[in-house]
Amino acid sequence: MTDTLESRPRRDRHRDRHRGRTRTAPIPLLVPALVGLAFLLLPLIALLVRAPWRSLPEQLTSAEVWEALRLSLLCATAATVLSLVVGVPLAWLLARTWFPGRGFVRALVTLPLVLPPVVGGVALLLAFGRNGVIGQWLDSWFGITLPFTTTGVVLAETFVAMPFLVISVEGTLRAADPRYEEAATTLGASRFTAFRRVTLPLIAPGIAAGAVLAWARALGEFGATITFAGNFPGRTQTMPLAVYLALQNDPAAAIALSLVLLAVSIAVLAALRDRWMTAS
Amino acid sequence: MTRSAHRTRRILQVAGASGAALLALSACSSSGPGTGAGSSSAKPSGTVTVFAAASLEESFKTLGKQFEKEHPGTKVTFNFGGSDTLAASITGGAPADVFAAASTKTMAIVTDKQDAAGTPATFVRNQLEIATLPGNPDRISSLKDLTKPGLKVVLCDESVPCGTAARKALDAGGLKLTPVSYEQDVKSALTKVELKEADAAVVYKTDVRAAGDKVDGVDFPESAEAVNDYPIALLKNAPNPKAAKAFMALVRSAEGQKVLSRAGFLKP
Repeated sequence: MTDTLESRPRRDRHRDRHRGRTRTAPIPLLVPALVGLAFLLLPLIALLVRAPWRSLPEQLTSAEVWEALRLSLLCATAATVLSLVVGVPLAWLLARTWFPGRGFVRALVTLPLVLPPVVGGVALLLAFGRNGVIGQWLDSWFGITLPFTTTGVVLAETFVAMPFLVISVEGTLRAADPRYEEAATTLGASRFTAFRRVTLPLIAPGIAAGAVLAWARALGEFGATITFAGNFPGRTQTMPLAVYLALQNDPAAAIALSLVLLAVSIAVLAALRDRWMTAS
Repeated sequence: MTRSAHRTRRILQVAGASGAALLALSACSSSGPGTGAGSSSAKPSGTVTVFAAASLEESFKTLGKQFEKEHPGTKVTFNFGGSDTLAASITGGAPADVFAAASTKTMAIVTDKQDAAGTPATFVRNQLEIATLPGNPDRISSLKDLTKPGLKVVLCDESVPCGTAARKALDAGGLKLTPVSYEQDVKSALTKVELKEADAAVVYKTDVRAAGDKVDGVDFPESAEAVNDYPIALLKNAPNPKAAKAFMALVRSAEGQKVLSRAGFLKP
């Protein structure tokens, strides 16, 4: 009882990790749990069952599919990087500082989580469009227009995906002990050095988990993208847009494209599961 | 003893809660459109669900209100969208009574799957027009002007009727046009011009008229090569066929045609 974690036998520690887990579940919990699980899995299974396996190679070798997939991966990654660059400092600001209206700002940051993405797309147009609040200056001063460009896709995806990162990192920051940072500053480190050398390594798993969530959300983004960036093959047509438009006259192609997206998502989540997702 | 009784009660509570949730779910699905379908009265009643092409939005809404006024106790609900999306949801089992498509090709998706009751009838036709920014600052006067470099033009995706029609018109003029975007339906193409994000769009005459002074319309001769027939059909699994038929009759009546031609549609 009194000995430390380190001195206990290995098996004990293993059991410790599984504390609070049992092999049996009461029926009122088990039945809805299984219904929920089936509800989440059945559509995916249906996708596999109805997939046009025979014509699949032919469907997937078209240049348009790879163009859309390449664009999707590129834009989702760029959106994640952008989210990291501004989202981590934003999360730090929300978790570690106090200013009037902080709770309100926090609510605003999470707004894109609940906003229908199409609304987000319209809002982006009104802000960054050629005639938008900021966009008109971008256009007249720098000649930059964002709608209908790949940059526009990245912005739309960042708008929708960044809140996932901010929330995840902020949660990790709140759970992390601020005394480590305080110790670092009392030892002479500046607050930024303390953040860089102490806080950042401490919350790395949270950042990674947030980045994966944001990346996955960006990869699947549809509404804000098609509204803000439009739909042009090779420039703004990402996989979800290609799936949606293919569904209109070629459902088999839409299923094939969906399978690719599903495979990519599963591969990424599986690759990162052990390393990061469970750590948070 | 008391403990087990307590536990049983808890279980019942949970079971009751999930049962209530299931009931609520099933209630949602059964209280859908056409609740008056079973009534034996001769007058149409209940909800009519109409799936209609995006371009029909303004005129069908007007006709819906008119229908509700003429037949008290009825309600017309609409689902406006790209004709292909609507066709896909109908063949996918969406509970609709009437389908009004913007092309015979999209209607064929539904009739090929035997989802329509009877033969579809053409009730209006629609012609393309160029929508430009108010006052036409780029001085667009023909379809060829849209190919000018630097001009941002949006077209409908070729999977929707307005996109197919635009392609036909461009081919008829021997023109090659690279738009900035292929939009998913005609209303989104128009919106891009209304918001001044695009300089021009190829849309229907009716959309230009519906947009009022937010866009200017430019006619072009090639549009004669790409006039769309709009067919309307009663659906086989219509939950409320009686009211649906009455609504279709209104659309095809002189009164209905007046509303539609005021919106810019051509006579069938």
